[in-house]
This record gives sequence, C-alpha cells and structure tokens, in this order.
Amino acid sequence: MPTVKSLEDLKRIREEALQKRQVKAASGEANIVVAMGTCGIAAGAREAMKAILNLIETENIPGIIVTQTGCIGLCEREPIVQVQVGEQPKVTYGKVTPEIARRIVKEHVVEGKIIEDHVIPM
Amino acid sequence: MKTVRAMVLVSSDPQSLLNGAEQVYQQLQSEIAAFGLEDEVSLKMVGDIGRHDAVPMVIIYPEAVIYGPVKPEDVHHLVEEHLYKGRVAAELQAPVRELSGRIAWLSARKGTLPAEKRVVLRRAGIIDPTSIEEYIIHDGYSALGTVLGEMQPSQVIDVVKKSGLRGRGGAGFPTGTKWGFVAGTKSEKKYVVCNADESEPGTFKDRLILEGDPHSILEAMAIAGYSVGADEGFIYVRGEYTLAQERLHHAITQAEEMGFLGENIFGTGFNFKIHIHSGAGAYICGEETALIESIEGKPGLPRSRPPFPTTHGLWGKPTLVNNVETLANVPPIIQYGPEWYGTLGTPSSPGTKVYTIMGHVNKTGVIEVPMGITLREVIAIYAGGMKPGSSFKLAQTGGSSGSVIPASLQDTPMDFDAYSRAGVSLGSGALLICDEDTCVVDLGRVLINFFRNESCGKCSPCRIGTQRSYEIMESIANGNAKLEDLQTLINLADSMNEVSNCGLGQTAGTPIRDILKYFRAEVEAHIRLHVCPTGVCEIKIPV
Ligand SMILES: Cc1cc2nc3c(=O)[nH]c(=O)nc-3n(C[C@H](O)[C@H](O)[C@H](O)COP(=O)(O)O)c2cc1C
Repeated sequence: MPTVKSLEDLKRIREEALQKRQVKAASGEANIVVAMGTCGIAAGAREAMKAILNLIETENIPGIIVTQTGCIGLCEREPIVQVQVGEQPKVTYGKVTPEIARRIVKEHVVEGKIIEDHVIPM
Repeated sequence: MKTVRAMVLVSSDPQSLLNGAEQVYQQLQSEIAAFGLEDEVSLKMVGDIGRHDAVPMVIIYPEAVIYGPVKPEDVHHLVEEHLYKGRVAAELQAPVRELSGRIAWLSARKGTLPAEKRVVLRRAGIIDPTSIEEYIIHDGYSALGTVLGEMQPSQVIDVVKKSGLRGRGGAGFPTGTKWGFVAGTKSEKKYVVCNADESEPGTFKDRLILEGDPHSILEAMAIAGYSVGADEGFIYVRGEYTLAQERLHHAITQAEEMGFLGENIFGTGFNFKIHIHSGAGAYICGEETALIESIEGKPGLPRSRPPFPTTHGLWGKPTLVNNVETLANVPPIIQYGPEWYGTLGTPSSPGTKVYTIMGHVNKTGVIEVPMGITLREVIAIYAGGMKPGSSFKLAQTGGSSGSVIPASLQDTPMDFDAYSRAGVSLGSGALLICDEDTCVVDLGRVLINFFRNESCGKCSPCRIGTQRSYEIMESIANGNAKLEDLQTLINLADSMNEVSNCGLGQTAGTPIRDILKYFRAEVEAHIRLHVCPTGVCEIKIPV
C-alpha cells in the first residue's frame, strides 16, 4: 500500500479500491463472509470457515472469495455467514454448522438456491 | 432486524387484565391477521404503562395514539381505521390528559418508530477488520484527513463540544470539555489513553468495536492527539481480549505503513504513535488513575484526586482518557457535523448508545440505539420480548456505576439526565434483564461479592465496607439476618459512597441500596418469615 500524504491521496486510494470491488462484483464473483468476533469463534466460526475453505479446495470451485468480519451484534445467532453472489442482495445465515456451511457453498453459491431455513431476516 | 410499520402495545397491568386486556389482545391478533397486516404490524402486551384511568389501553406507534378503554368489540373498527386506512379512530381515544411522568415519553417519541441506528457500529460485522482497504472504502481516515488538513485543534474541540458527546465509559462526562482541559494544560509532552479495559461484568460492547472496526479507534485517537497536543497514545486492552489485541496490532502496522500513524501524517508535520498495553485481569484497572498506574508498571491502585489526569496523568503529564465507544463517536461527528449528531438521541444526551443485552429475553446480543429509548422498547423490540412464560422483574445496568431498574422505571427514557433524575444510572451499557424468578437477595449478594473481590484494598471504607456488606447479604440469604441489618447495609452504602477513594467503593453499595428501595418486602421476607419468595435461596428454618 502506498503512503497517504494528503486527502486527495486518500480519495484516490478509496476510488481505486471501490473500483476493484465493483469489477469483482460485476464479474459475478461470490463473496462469503464469516463473522469472526470472539462470540462467533466461540460458537464455531472457525469450523464453519474451515468447512467452506476445504470444500472449495477439494471440489476446486472457482470464483469465491472468503473473508472475515467482526461481530454484528447478533451474538445468539453465531456463527453467522453472509453470502453475496455478484450484485445480488446479501444473504445472512445464522447458526452455521460445518454441514450448513458446506450446503451454503454447494446450494447457494454454486446452484443459486438460497437455504431459506437458515436465513436471518435482516 | 425485522422492521415494522406500526407497533401496537396493549396495557396489561392487573386492572387492565381484569377489564379484559387478554380478550382485546386476542381480538387484535385476529383482526390484524384478517386485514393481512401481520408482517407490517407488531403486537405486544406491555405490562403497566403507568396510567389506569381508561384501561385496557392500546397504544399505536409511530403516531403514539392512546386508545382506551378498549373493548373487544371495538377492535375491528380500530384496526380497520387506524392500521388499515391510516386514520385515527378519534371516538376510541383515551381522554386527553396532561402527559406526565411515565407516559410522557410517548409524546416525545411521536412520529418516530424506534429504530436501531448504527453510528459507532456502522462497520462492525460489515467490513473485514484486518483490511485497511475496506476501512478506507467505508470512509475511513477521511475524518483524520479533514481535521489535519482543514481544522485548527481548537476548532476540533469546539465541534466535539458542540456535538454534546458525553463519555460512554460510565460517568457521562462531557467529552469536549475534557479535551479542552487537556488542550489547555501547557506541557511539552501529553498522552491520549483509550480505556479498553471493559471489565464491567456483562459488558462487551467495546470488544465488538475493537474486533470489528479497530481502525476507527486508531483514527479517533489520532484526532484526539492532534486536538489536545499529544503525540503518543496508549490503548489499555483487557487481558482476556486476545483477538482484539491481535486485530489492533495488525491495524497499527497497516496504519503506520500507509502513513496514518507515525511521522508527518497526511504530510502535515503531525506525529502520532500508538502502543497497546494489555491488562492482567483486575477490574480496578478500568478506573482511569489505576489504569495509568498500571501502564507505568506499578500495581493498579487508584490515585488520589485532584490532581486529575487532565493535568497530571501518565508519567505526570497531561493525559486524556476516553472510553472506546466515546472515541468511536468522534470520526462520524467530524464527518457529518455536530448538528447531525444532535438529531440523534435527546437534547441532554445526543447520539446513540451501544448496549449489551443479556438475561431472560429471547434475543441477546449487542444493539446500538438512539439515546432516550426506553427499557420497555429495548426489551420488546430489540430483545424480542421476555422468554416465553416469564415476565420482567428488574434490569441491572452493569458494573460499578450501574443500577437496579425496577418495572416502574421501564418507561423512563434511557439517557444520562432522565436516568439521573430517576435516581438510577445507565452504567456501562450492560443490560441484564431478570424475570420474576430472580431473587433480589441473591442478585445483591452476587454483585457485592464481585466488588468485594475486586476492591483493591487501598482505602478502608471500600475494603471493609464491601466485605461487611457481603457478609450481611450472605446472612440474609441464609435466613440468619436481623431487620436492623438492613439499616446497617444502607449506612455502609452511604459511607462507602461518601468516603471511598474511587468510583469502585463509591458505587459498590448502589445495587443493594436500589434493592432495598424497590424490593424491600422481598428482602424482609427472608428475615421475618425465613422464606425466599422466589425459592432461590435455601433457608434452613432455625429450630
Ligand atoms: C472501578 C471502575 C472501573 C471502571 N472501568 C472502566 C472500564 O472498564 N472502561 C471504561 O471505559 N471506563 C471505566 N471506568 C471509568 C473510567 O474511570 C473513566 O471515567 C473513563 O474511562 C473515562 O472515559 P469517558 O469520559 O470516555 O467515559 C471505570 C471506573 C471505575 C471507578
């Protein structure tokens, strides 16, 4: 990352980052975001994350970016996983076990079917 | 979070229930369904709303129209007119009465459906906390850039003063005023300290910010440093918060690489570096002077004040100590202006408040709502109501500065002034919601046991007072206390409050005093009748 020396620098970096993100979204790339606050990890977010990464690797599924985020406040519904495919609206899943995590990749991301039972209405 | 267009509340105090509140509720349920409005309208039984002249009463938000007395046969008309057609059913309205006391909040809330409003948590759970790029995409570091590039330090302080921001660490001290004190003290060296000790039982709001949005604290500290004339900052993080510490270390490294921390920030010649100091598990180290001692490498014992840290703080230098949540409010205030901030919350307490919700409710977790929302709303709307089959008895607002809130204060707006007028305090933002199976003696004993263990022992009122109070609470729980002991408890609470050296002792007696004020009969039952009304305490009847 370059050093920021002025507000203009900051604005430029922000624009570039935004553009990068839009290009990714436009290419239909899927984003899976696992909430990894202390509460999420305690509830099993690492296991969910591992299940997702393993499946992507073993089945060699392209076009998925897996990242983490903090707690959103719904500690009781952890582990929480958010999925956004391309420019479609974001879907939030709660109480994601490794099994559900694998289903999210297979059914939601690959086949495009939202797993309604586990969605948290936001 | 599910949002609804309207919220319908039905009073259910004993008088309302006698007059058919249950039937009205059921009728409302079926009429709302009949009009197909289930998804748009929420319906709740809400206990005593503090007015009994026209019960049962039905209150409909967001217009805050009060209907009453409502009979089951009125309900069809009411739903059709108000909820379906959207006009007030004037003939069913309760007699107009001077709004006072507990239901005054209804008029204050007119036209606004209480909504969760995220200011300090706006990025938590949204961005990747390990990515500075995502922070920047979400407007990160632009407030710092604006401050350094376009504002004088005194202007920044004026903006913070004007915003009305008050400390979220418990005491509610005006933040801008504190910044002004530090800025006004002449010294070559000054420090900014972020209090991230968060050791109040049940509070984890700061952790959520630190873990989910660490850069926001770094940015706010740099802004504070520029404003008060400091070039160095410390974040004192609770020892158990290992993940928060990890994320902060990572964030500091990134911010230094990109030049948001370090030397010549934004090319303006301003230097600021931040260190992380890990706590080691003592509650007292959240108290700002004990915290300062701890950073200096000494045992965490509070100092005598005055002098205050604003003039004699870390290593004797002027030091600004602010809570995590307080600091997290600063960048948005700079970004959107103090006027915008004033539109949130109440005149005496602008902005939002982050609460951690625990206890006998359906949804626990962390919420951020405008100041001035009521406990009833928090429970009904954000906590999803009390657990099935349980009803509200009290709430504990958390930690040494907190209070026990009885049902009669459920409709008091939760802001610094309204709570202090009611003789209670918001505390650290923890809300422990207890149902009627909670024994107040047991609760009081658990709380005072915490203070007894965490008292640092430096001053005798606190050291002895907490121990003695604990012993009395224990004897009440065992059925061995005498009625005179209750007066002793009050005397102890008063003397701890008056002569303790720091906030720990000064407020340690508060929960017990509240319990004796609001639940005295229940406490006395333990003593007079050797009975614990909730069946929690095991009292062996003396032979
Ligand atoms: C026993 C005790 C414990 C405290 N613990 C904390 C704490 O964990 N976090 C915090 O921010 N303030 C805590 N405080 C309050 C601090 O002393 C101080 O008032 C606060 O950090 C000031 O920040 P603010 O003005 O931003 O609220 C505690 C006070 C006492 C007396």
